[in-house]
Amino acid sequence: MSRRFLFLLPLVLIAALGIGFWFGLQRDPQALPSALINKPVPEFSLAAIEGSARGFRRDDLLGKVSLVNIFGSWCLACRIEHPFLMELKANGVVPVYGINWREPDRQAGPEWLDKFGNPYRLVGDDPRSEGAIAFGVTGAPETFFVDRKGIIRYKHAGPITRDIWESKLWPIVQRLRAES
Amino acid sequence: MADRPAPARRILVLLTVLAGLAGLAPDSAHAVLPEEVLADPAHEARARAISRELRCVVCQNQSIDDSDADLARDLRVLVRQRIVEGDSDDEVIAYVVSRYGDFVLLRPPVKGATLVLWIGPVAIVLIGLLALISYFRRAGREAESAGR
Repeated sequence: MSRRFLFLLPLVLIAALGIGFWFGLQRDPQALPSALINKPVPEFSLAAIEGSARGFRRDDLLGKVSLVNIFGSWCLACRIEHPFLMELKANGVVPVYGINWREPDRQAGPEWLDKFGNPYRLVGDDPRSEGAIAFGVTGAPETFFVDRKGIIRYKHAGPITRDIWESKLWPIVQRLRAES
Repeated sequence: MADRPAPARRILVLLTVLAGLAGLAPDSAHAVLPEEVLADPAHEARARAISRELRCVVCQNQSIDDSDADLARDLRVLVRQRIVEGDSDDEVIAYVVSRYGDFVLLRPPVKGATLVLWIGPVAIVLIGLLALISYFRRAGREAESAGR
């Protein structure tokens, strides 16, 4: 390169920086990469919520492809995805397990499920974030995709919508099911 | 006039007081609730030190020691639980990192993926210095040859 064009170098550098920022700033700083992808579900064991006989623990997830959904009655976005989870249950698409995270009291979670319906195969009560921390959860709702061997394969942060399910999440379930 | 302190000294006093306040501030900002505090002061001191290194994943620019978020509180309790159960400091931190990744460490570890983070600023300053040096050398040479 001729020295005559050296004056362009800072411009090129600044343009490159600008492009980097353009894309960098569009990323959601709240969306963290999960440290648990392709790792086994950590050991956890949660008590039953009120009115339910059985809690939810790690070994419940073995032997099938399943979803683990973090929710709470206080969580607005959980309310948004809830009808879709009910639909998944009604159509027997995939078993969804629930972690009822940090309810203000023992009644709030069960009341919420009574009122809107319970889309979960099992629900664990998680008042002290034991389950949430086991899954490295930062907010609700979050949904984890677990394969037959109990390995976490995918994490979806935020509500599950029909669009996201059809374009992204259902193919993941199918792929995991196709594995031996 | 003589009984009043010189302006310079007044400013010095003011700066000293401000520095003292600034020194106090970080420690008074912690969010640990009384019922969380461990009975054993040595355990509690270790828990505090560990908590200051861990990022609150909800608020992100605070440590869990500083944050009032519910999840930060539960993480503080977990850190204390593990200390009481006999974990070493490194084991407690490794446990939290295994759940949340290196992101929870307010001081990221030096390794392949974070090398740019650690070396980048130093490298940029060095490149700038080299560019400056070469520029002034050339300017010096040109001035010399022009002066001849």
